[in-house]
Amino acid sequence: MALVEAIILAVLAASTPLLIAATGELVTERSGVLNLGVEGMMIVGAACGFAGAWLTGSIFIGALFGIVAGMLMSLVFALMTLGLAVNQVATGLALTILGIGLSGLIGASFVGERITPAARLAIPGLTDIPLVGRVLFGEDGFVYFSIALLVGVWWFLYRTRAGLILRACGDNHVSAHALGYPVLRIRTFAVMFGGACAGLAGAYLPLAYTPFFIPGMTAGRGWIALALVVFSSWRPGRLVVGAYLFGAVTILQLHAQGWGVGIPSQFMSALPYLATIIVLVLISRARTGGSTAPAALGTVFVPDR
Amino acid sequence: MRKSLLALAAGLLLAASVGAASAADKLKVGFVYLGPIGDLGWTYQHDLGRQALVKELGDKIETTYLENVPEGPDAERSIEQLVRAGNKLIFTTSFGYMDPTLKVAKKYPNVHFEHATGYKRNPNMSTYSAKWYQGRYIQGLIAAKMSKAGVLGYIGSFPIPEVVSGINATILAAQTINPNIKVKIIWANTWFDPGKEADAAKALIDQGADVIMQHTDSPAPMQIASERGKLAFGQDSEMIKFGPKTQLTSILDTWGPYYIERVKAELAGTWKSEDTWGGLDSHMFAMAPYTNMPDDVKKMAEDAQAAIIAGKLHPFKCPIVGQDGKPVECKGGDHLDDGQILGMNFYVKGIDDKLPGK
Repeated sequence: MALVEAIILAVLAASTPLLIAATGELVTERSGVLNLGVEGMMIVGAACGFAGAWLTGSIFIGALFGIVAGMLMSLVFALMTLGLAVNQVATGLALTILGIGLSGLIGASFVGERITPAARLAIPGLTDIPLVGRVLFGEDGFVYFSIALLVGVWWFLYRTRAGLILRACGDNHVSAHALGYPVLRIRTFAVMFGGACAGLAGAYLPLAYTPFFIPGMTAGRGWIALALVVFSSWRPGRLVVGAYLFGAVTILQLHAQGWGVGIPSQFMSALPYLATIIVLVLISRARTGGSTAPAALGTVFVPDR
Repeated sequence: MRKSLLALAAGLLLAASVGAASAADKLKVGFVYLGPIGDLGWTYQHDLGRQALVKELGDKIETTYLENVPEGPDAERSIEQLVRAGNKLIFTTSFGYMDPTLKVAKKYPNVHFEHATGYKRNPNMSTYSAKWYQGRYIQGLIAAKMSKAGVLGYIGSFPIPEVVSGINATILAAQTINPNIKVKIIWANTWFDPGKEADAAKALIDQGADVIMQHTDSPAPMQIASERGKLAFGQDSEMIKFGPKTQLTSILDTWGPYYIERVKAELAGTWKSEDTWGGLDSHMFAMAPYTNMPDDVKKMAEDAQAAIIAGKLHPFKCPIVGQDGKPVECKGGDHLDDGQILGMNFYVKGIDDKLPGK
């Protein structure tokens, strides 16, 4: 019982940064922009988030620092790809490299410093319920925020007119433009939303997960978030399943090793990635609800004025 | 615009070459690092070694380092870049730089190379590493004394001989205190991923381990052990600030003395290709202060350390029984020989797990 609870808690924490970053990238890609710089925005978010929390003593302000840092990074990306119509793939990769360098620079003076991590909720009565109490009412705020964020994005994309327009930009920017929608402005906002989420996801790592800053601490989570967007076939509902599946496989393989399950650890470490590939194959084979990549994803749009 | 950029680039190149000329009287020493110098672990300790070198011989030498150099083709370019910049002695500080270093060494016979933790050498390429298993043996003794549950948690990076010999040394030592001691091993399959290392530590503690040991580089496991009120050992560097009441000791990579010795040899013109595998006795590494333990345990650890330095205690003293119950061939007289330790690919008896790939 206690072990099951411990595993669920670890899965929740491990999945949260993936979920936040992937949600942001989902919106970006739905608007038709492919930003491969998630890892770079995350790592800068981690450095700035930690710096903010360390300087002010507030986790909340740290998170804001992370969000703003991610947005600024994404703004650079937007200027290049939307303003100057540079290739999105190349710019995204460059953004990651820039981010890794910048985070080292920003974070250098904070290496080895400690902060008090984000507090876990404690609601008398509710948090004490066996098994579900800690899970539903006892995690840090980021965990619940990530779910609220995803629900909000789902509602925005499918239940609001603005969401419909954003999706239209991603599916056919020429038509959206012809109808009079400001495609580039909408995409800029979508890219910045993606940057804000990536920055927050990065900030989660030093603020709640492992409360210290070390260069390179995102360790490839931005790439996993990118894969999750594809895994979800650009749908919020599947995104949450994917993020928790990935977190669950990661944590369970560690436990399986501790129990001495006789499967090679290298194979188990590769399991989450294998699971992603298998689900991708299954999705693309399914006749109904197949892959629904935004039709204009990654294509440069230069409006004729 | 383009022209002015070209002019600027040419100017910078000129300035760089002028800088090189004026410093020609000093010996140039280059370092290639795997991680950022701020990683608080492996690369950080190599850079402390470089700083010790500068402090000692700073008036005679000039050091350059390249950080975050990935293993593979990039490494070769980086090493060659250091050669072209006039470095006469180059330290490459990760196992994966072995082949790139050798390749560049063969191309530039007049430059001397030093590769950390590898096994390939050349007339102008030395190797150096440390007998960390000696430190792991001391940690095993302490762990067995301090564990109430009799279960140790061990986070491994990759199942390579260096890590496997560390696990075996730990458990052999622990068995001398508690014959029934158990060790749970989780392979992270990474040297550095704080999140994953933290998750591994959580899993080990949730499964009953109360002393956490790691052969990965970040202080995350120390921090988790601290959060959960357990005990832990640091790795590579001093990690006590991540667990003031948690760290028992830590293996400290102290490369400074070696770097100073080798650069002095280079300056004196006596440098030659060697294979250095130093232990506690030659200060290739050190143990952090023994903390958070009773005095008798501390004394036991200090005595073991002294015995190892004096050559009276060998962690792999024969007879050693493998996991299959058969005694391991003893090639080094009364202990395993260096080759057996450097190529160790089996678990000793008492480890209730399977070595990956076996």
